[in-house]
Amino acid sequence: MEKLFRNRMATAVMLTPALAVYTFVMVIPIMWSVTYTFQSGNAISGFEFVGFSNWIEFFQDDTAIDALLFTLRYAVVMTVLQVAAGYGLALFYIFFLQNKSSLVRTTIFFPVILPTVAVALMFSRMFEAAPTEGPVNTILQWLGGDLTDFLGTPTTAFWIVIAMDVWRSMGFYAVLLYAGLVEIPQDVMESARIDGASGWKLVRRIVVPLSLPVLLSALIFSINGTLKVFDSIVALTNGGPGTATTPLTLYMFRTSFAYGEYGYGSTVAFVLTILCLIVTVFIFRSLRRDVTE
Amino acid sequence: MTSAPTTTAAEPRARGRRSRRPLKNRLRRVPGWIGIGLVLLTVVYPMLWILMGSFKTQPEFLSEPFWALPQQWNFDNYVSAFVDGGLGTYIRNSIIAVFPALALVLIFGSAAAFALQVLVWKGRSVVLILFLAGIMVPTQMILLPLFTVYYQIGITSTIWPLIITYTAIGLPLTVFMLATFMRGIPREVFEAATLDGASIWRIFANVTLPLVRNAIFTVALVQFFFLWNDLLIALTFVTSADLRTIQVGLLNFTGQYGAVNYGPLFAGISVTVFGTLALYIFLNKKVMTGLTSGAVKG
Repeated sequence: MEKLFRNRMATAVMLTPALAVYTFVMVIPIMWSVTYTFQSGNAISGFEFVGFSNWIEFFQDDTAIDALLFTLRYAVVMTVLQVAAGYGLALFYIFFLQNKSSLVRTTIFFPVILPTVAVALMFSRMFEAAPTEGPVNTILQWLGGDLTDFLGTPTTAFWIVIAMDVWRSMGFYAVLLYAGLVEIPQDVMESARIDGASGWKLVRRIVVPLSLPVLLSALIFSINGTLKVFDSIVALTNGGPGTATTPLTLYMFRTSFAYGEYGYGSTVAFVLTILCLIVTVFIFRSLRRDVTE
Repeated sequence: MTSAPTTTAAEPRARGRRSRRPLKNRLRRVPGWIGIGLVLLTVVYPMLWILMGSFKTQPEFLSEPFWALPQQWNFDNYVSAFVDGGLGTYIRNSIIAVFPALALVLIFGSAAAFALQVLVWKGRSVVLILFLAGIMVPTQMILLPLFTVYYQIGITSTIWPLIITYTAIGLPLTVFMLATFMRGIPREVFEAATLDGASIWRIFANVTLPLVRNAIFTVALVQFFFLWNDLLIALTFVTSADLRTIQVGLLNFTGQYGAVNYGPLFAGISVTVFGTLALYIFLNKKVMTGLTSGAVKG
């Protein structure tokens, strides 16, 4: 009987297509990219071995360091906000809307599946200052504020990117965390209520500790995704004004395709990979701790 | 589901002063409803604003306030978006790039998941981890070598680079998720099928696939939205204007019209936003349950 599942021929036939595509289009290019970090040039002009000079350049390049810092700042701020917004909504679904939450959940989930470029164009029109005034500027002026060029000022541009991405992702995290909260056993909640816990106390002492595993995976899921932010920034600010909102992903794209420096682009990509690797190792360590608890 | 204990716990106490309690309760819930109303407004309003804008003319954009309703309800902007903006071409390109890749991802992915999870051989866990690693590595790591190769074999002016890259990008998560779902099938099912004389191929096609049908549907949806909304890969490998996908096309919409011709731009955004939305509403239940169960397990 076990012999049937030790069928080598079947294994080979079923695994080969996927493994071949994966190896040739992902594994080999990844390793190939690592060798690019020691070269300069591009696909059209050819390559030249330059040793560690790309790496030295990276750490002396202010734009690159700024991009690295922007990536980290964006990832941390985004992760905190989107998970907090999602958790708040999930608690709201469970305790306030209870079993009537389906329609609200669906509506708030809408933005998750919309094409990023369309959403970004929408947001840039909402916050526009010239040649036409977007709704946000109009309302701001009613309230006595000044006409603000939101996307033309570095600090506000950063927060608009954040606002847009929270808008896009909160529905996803709400549903994800809702799925975790629903699994808290009813009798635990009920006995806590009988013991006199209610409102904040119930949330802080019972709900948060019991939903910690799913909260933790949401956090890490989020960090890993936000470190790779590209679409929303390209479409909303294109890294600007100047390079104020340029993450590593976009900087890599620019150096590689606008300036044709494949070696340096690969170095930037590799730094990002190392960042993601550190986060992923952290994922596995914390997940393992959950299992043993 | 949480409603049951709340009402039962509150009932005995509430019975004594039945007259005052409901009103007080209802008033206490007002801030909550206002809060959720505001959230819903921020989600729905931008989309409605775009929809309204798609019917407006250029002078209306420049002189009327943002809340003004369009003065006419015709589809001029939509016609302009499709005819001058080439929206139809972008949609066609997205379809011919995404669907073949999606089909390949599902076929290759489910076979590989079966080989890695149900079949028994040495080293399968190592291969599974190898696939898992692909989820973490940023796409930027594979772009440059792939571009070099596509350029050298001369396929940069076709849709093939997109299909090939999408297939590879979709595989890690698909293999991982389907393997997770196949792990949930009790071993006894396979044993029973074996005793009935089924071959390994029949166990795959007639036993395993029907059992994970919902999971395959879920994975297909997740991957569809993921590939359909891709920008990075399309931006890298699309070198000519008539190969642009929806996302790349929309990004260049502004440029094409010099950032001032709002009507067709709003029409273009409307088509993509509400088209995707219609698809989503159609498949809604599956997306929600699918995304979460996949994400929690993954």
